[in-house]
Amino acid sequence: MELIVAENISKDYKVGEIVIHALKDVSFEIEPASFVSFVGPSGSGKTTLLNLIGCLDKPTEGKLTVAGTDISMLDRKESAAFRGNHIGFIFQDFNLIPVLTVYENIEYPLLMVQNVPATERNDRIHGLLKAVDMLDQKDKYPDQISGGQKQRVAIARALVTNPKLVLADEPTANLDSQTAHAVIELMKKMKDELKTTFIFSTHDQKIVGEAEIVFTLGDGKLKDQEVKGGMKNG
Amino acid sequence: MGKLFKIAVRNLMRYKRRTFLTASLITIGVIFVLVFISVSGSFKAMMISQITDSMLGHIQIHKKGYVAAIDNLPLNLNLRPQAVAKLEDILNNDADVEAYSPRIKFGGMFSNFVETTNIRLNGVYPDREFKTIPLLASRISAGKTTIEKGGILIPVLLSKGMGVKIGDTVVIVTTNKDGSVNGKQFTVSGILESATGPGGRDGYVHIEDAQELLRMTEMEISEVSIRLKDFDRLHAADLKIQNLLAGELNQQGKPIFEIHTWEKLSPFYHLSRMIDLMTFFIKLMLIAIVLISIMNVMIMAVYERIREIGTIAAIGTPPKKILSMFVIEGFCLGIFGTVIGNIFGAVIIYIINASKITFDFAMHQGLILSANIKASDIISISVIVIIVSVIASLQPAFKASRMEPITALRHV
Repeated sequence: MELIVAENISKDYKVGEIVIHALKDVSFEIEPASFVSFVGPSGSGKTTLLNLIGCLDKPTEGKLTVAGTDISMLDRKESAAFRGNHIGFIFQDFNLIPVLTVYENIEYPLLMVQNVPATERNDRIHGLLKAVDMLDQKDKYPDQISGGQKQRVAIARALVTNPKLVLADEPTANLDSQTAHAVIELMKKMKDELKTTFIFSTHDQKIVGEAEIVFTLGDGKLKDQEVKGGMKNG
Repeated sequence: MGKLFKIAVRNLMRYKRRTFLTASLITIGVIFVLVFISVSGSFKAMMISQITDSMLGHIQIHKKGYVAAIDNLPLNLNLRPQAVAKLEDILNNDADVEAYSPRIKFGGMFSNFVETTNIRLNGVYPDREFKTIPLLASRISAGKTTIEKGGILIPVLLSKGMGVKIGDTVVIVTTNKDGSVNGKQFTVSGILESATGPGGRDGYVHIEDAQELLRMTEMEISEVSIRLKDFDRLHAADLKIQNLLAGELNQQGKPIFEIHTWEKLSPFYHLSRMIDLMTFFIKLMLIAIVLISIMNVMIMAVYERIREIGTIAAIGTPPKKILSMFVIEGFCLGIFGTVIGNIFGAVIIYIINASKITFDFAMHQGLILSANIKASDIISISVIVIIVSVIASLQPAFKASRMEPITALRHV
């Protein structure tokens, strides 16, 4: 069964009197445990598509099913619960909560969203801290660690709820190339270990090369879909 | 919930200066209210005590219609012995009553054989009167602190005006309820400082002398003044006595008695109500200070953390928890300001008491200001501040909880 099924989805925004067609009639499918990248120039619709898949927004037209749920049918509260249980987020600016330590940032979704018992919480966090190599930094606050370390914490936070899907909007944009590569490698490793689907958007061609499936967007349309080992038109 | 408190406290500590300034504002407000309540409450309590303990008593009982005509001291509206006996029976069995004193109130002419003037007098049982009106003894500035038969306590103004001294013989001439005039010689046994309020410039004689002077064949009483064990039970005791006496009717089926608390007998009650009103407005000011300062700081907090709100909302934090996070922040700010305010308030009240500040009230000079604050006042002010803090946080917190994560994440 496909993890994500997009059927002719469109998204329009209204800015004053002007209607902006951010996405036009986009269709695709993504299988579980995939490592997917959305590429394209600024304004091509990458972030809009990630927002729709991430249940942060709803399509104007078409049907988008994530983990078997038609996300356009969810209300505000259900959307929040759906995101909390099925989707992890990694942000370009890391978006760690500044008043929480590394450990507490990773703990946050388990405590505030999933109400996981303390012992299990501790086990999961320690496992992920080891996996992202941040165990020795667990008591530090976000302003005491580097950008690469912050993004590793963000990856751990995104994965701690055991989501089916992790969405990363330009996760390496604020990192140097070496750290960016390390972050993508870490995401790949986590995908292999946990069988979680990673979808990320990027401009960086070196990073794009790491993806198993690359969707190319332009002017709100899906231009190409490249699967490792071949290319087919979208 | 513990985690929410932890996050709230850390967020408050994140902007230490702003948190400190807002908490200081609340603290100053709480201190101001506590000190005002304690000082004004102390002044009010002392004023009431001066009025009730010098002359009025806490509650007075008269024959129905007496108070309406009290300026004339009507002898035809005195209570008959049977009514007094019933009343005494009730009062003797009332656990709230500490003491009571029957009085015969009458007016007369006061003569020192050279000059004559008018005087208002109370005929009392000395021991009962001193128990009911404990400050009476302290008002006797010269002479004996008792009222013996044949003796008279005269007001100091009369003593000065008529040139009458202790031991002088004076004559009181009065008209009884039948209209016949009678006179009796008295020896001035004491000089009485004036008291504030009704009856504060009256003289005193023994009740049996009053009975003789008024040619009463039986002991008729103008009023019974009552002192309660606990002044705070004034209204409860008043209601209880009202209920007990409600069944006492005359032959026409109308009530025999009328009962009044000091509040209905003294114009100073309105002054005490003014103090209450001022306290109310001071509390309103505190509410406004807390409301505006916390709302301001929480609006700022929400505005500064829009991206953070977007992040936690995107992660899946339910809107209810986002709302709680900000409400708890306001709550903690309120608690912080209240606790510090209470501590400083208590210290200032202690300093005021230790300084033994004096003030004058009417004829009384050098009264020591004894600032007291009840635990119930501290609790009620703390509760008000905390509730207002939560209310002030609600609007910004609600706004945060309703934010669309996608919009919040885009915020720069």
